[in-house]
Amino acid sequence: MTERAEPAPGTVPGEIETPERGLWNDVWYQFRHHRGAMLGTIVFTLIVLAVILGPVLHPVDPTHIDVKARNALPSLAHPMGTDNLGRDTFAGIIEGGRISLAVGVTAMALALFLGTLVGVLAGYYRRLDGMLMRVTDLFLALPILPLLLVVILLFRDALRAAFGPETGIFLLIVFIIGVTSWMQTARIVRGDVLALKEREFVLAARSVGTPDRRIILRHILPNVLSPIMVSATLGIANAIITESALSFLGLGFPSDFPTWGRLLFDGANFMALSPSRVIWPGLAISLTVLSVNFIGDGLRDALDPRARGR
Amino acid sequence: MLSAARAARQPLLSVSGLRMHFPIFKGLLRRQVGTVKAVDDVGFDIARGEVLGLVGESGCGKSTTGRAILRLYDITSGRIELEGEDIAPLSGAALRAVRPRMQMIFQDPQASLNPRMTVGSIIAEPLDEHLRPSRAERRARVFELMDAVGLARGFANRYPHEFSGGQRQRIGIARALALNPAFIVCDEPIAALDVSIQAQVVNLLEDLRAAFGLTYLFISHDLSMVRHLADRVAVMYLGKIVEIAPREALYRFPLHPYTEALISAVPEAGGRRRARIVLRGDVPSPLRPPSGCAFRTRCPKVFDRCHVETPPLTDLGRGRRAACHLVGRPPA
Repeated sequence: MTERAEPAPGTVPGEIETPERGLWNDVWYQFRHHRGAMLGTIVFTLIVLAVILGPVLHPVDPTHIDVKARNALPSLAHPMGTDNLGRDTFAGIIEGGRISLAVGVTAMALALFLGTLVGVLAGYYRRLDGMLMRVTDLFLALPILPLLLVVILLFRDALRAAFGPETGIFLLIVFIIGVTSWMQTARIVRGDVLALKEREFVLAARSVGTPDRRIILRHILPNVLSPIMVSATLGIANAIITESALSFLGLGFPSDFPTWGRLLFDGANFMALSPSRVIWPGLAISLTVLSVNFIGDGLRDALDPRARGR
Repeated sequence: MLSAARAARQPLLSVSGLRMHFPIFKGLLRRQVGTVKAVDDVGFDIARGEVLGLVGESGCGKSTTGRAILRLYDITSGRIELEGEDIAPLSGAALRAVRPRMQMIFQDPQASLNPRMTVGSIIAEPLDEHLRPSRAERRARVFELMDAVGLARGFANRYPHEFSGGQRQRIGIARALALNPAFIVCDEPIAALDVSIQAQVVNLLEDLRAAFGLTYLFISHDLSMVRHLADRVAVMYLGKIVEIAPREALYRFPLHPYTEALISAVPEAGGRRRARIVLRGDVPSPLRPPSGCAFRTRCPKVFDRCHVETPPLTDLGRGRRAACHLVGRPPA
């Protein structure tokens, strides 16, 4: 708190007044001063930049088979070595990262949106509560894997035909992961909203005549952001891992299409022979998840005025 | 001239037959097993510029009355006339349109301020909702309000948790004043404050009343503060008004046995001491109020008629009304 300039107290009109600040200015200010969050942001930005710019810096086709150089150790030509078919691991990580990150972020955003929407509506409107929570229970009770099998078998070909093989399967996977992982968020958010809407500041807003939608946006949502943030950071990790599991089962992206999860599972069989094939994608997943967790941690602290300056 | 005179005589707020019943649901089928009659047939008038104190023990329906008048609840029945207009049946946009004329100051200044909003944006919320001012107007009005309640302008960018209880209550008062309301419900505004701060806040409320011509419904269980601030006092017991009278008359000659017991409990500095009347037992459950007079289970002067007949709130002249069989006729 020492860096923040103290505005001079006093009621003399015409004094030098600090400019008006809003919530988001303060959040950004605090976020910049959160060491973990800045580290997480830097690492995450580097990963994102690497997977976007990677093909320019390391122009090797990840599917190019070079049997002579199989199971190679890291070298200048292959910074992370090669696999049992001589494919370049670094190129695979870069190519796979694009898919994994896109799936992780998009599926998380979808799950978060659904979970927050259902949680806020169920918590705020008593009429919707019973119905929405039973739907949540229903989704929690669904056996996910059989459901996935059925959905993918039913819609894969139709979506492939409509959007092309890669976009089609991407949309399908994002949709499936998003739709099957919003329930925890919904429950947590609903609980918090139930407690918040009885607080007097919500009553005060109502006595002012603030309509429900603005009470939700101005008073309820900012106060439930902490659990949402935690769900978000865990959600990215979950989505990446679920996508890996799907790919492993042959339900995800085609087998010649590298994703982090796919690389990890392919490498698992050769762990004793060339452990680096497991270590690199594992490291990529862990670093992403860890950096996103730090970002979420920093955001949560920055969003809570009481936790600032600690 | 004539209509102006009539407007002056017309009470700012006139409440009659106000009922607020909460249904209780139990069991697997959520069947209604009863109703809590939190407020049951309450009526009073408040003249423009007047302060009506509303006293009673915890759970007697004081706060519910205040909130029902501001239409924070959908009331069960009754009329609430604000400046001659019945606001009880209003809803939606029509209700929103009358909200600026009546505001509320809350009991717990910690809970009534959103911890994620700056003081400036808390005070400006009513302005944003109703007037949609420009940035400069909004800022000027916020500073004006902060000056009025004695908050330094530099505090506008701070958050509620950085303030003491008394300062937080000032923020709440500034928010209530933002739209120039005619009528303010003060729901135990000093109950959560330190004794040393209570007087400051009460004095601030008095000053603001004089400066802006405000009318208060002052809900409290602190009888000496009510005596300090109110012009008239209404005493509630179990959802009903048992006595309503001008301040001095009520404090000197309480008519209802419950009022008598309450007044006897007020500590007085030096001088004469009143004999304490100690009430036995607890307030009965509003789910199953006793037959006849609600106060009969604890009344020291109870007699057989109290068990069967509910005493009506009878007018005793000189602005006094009480609900007790013993004061049925004006005292000789």
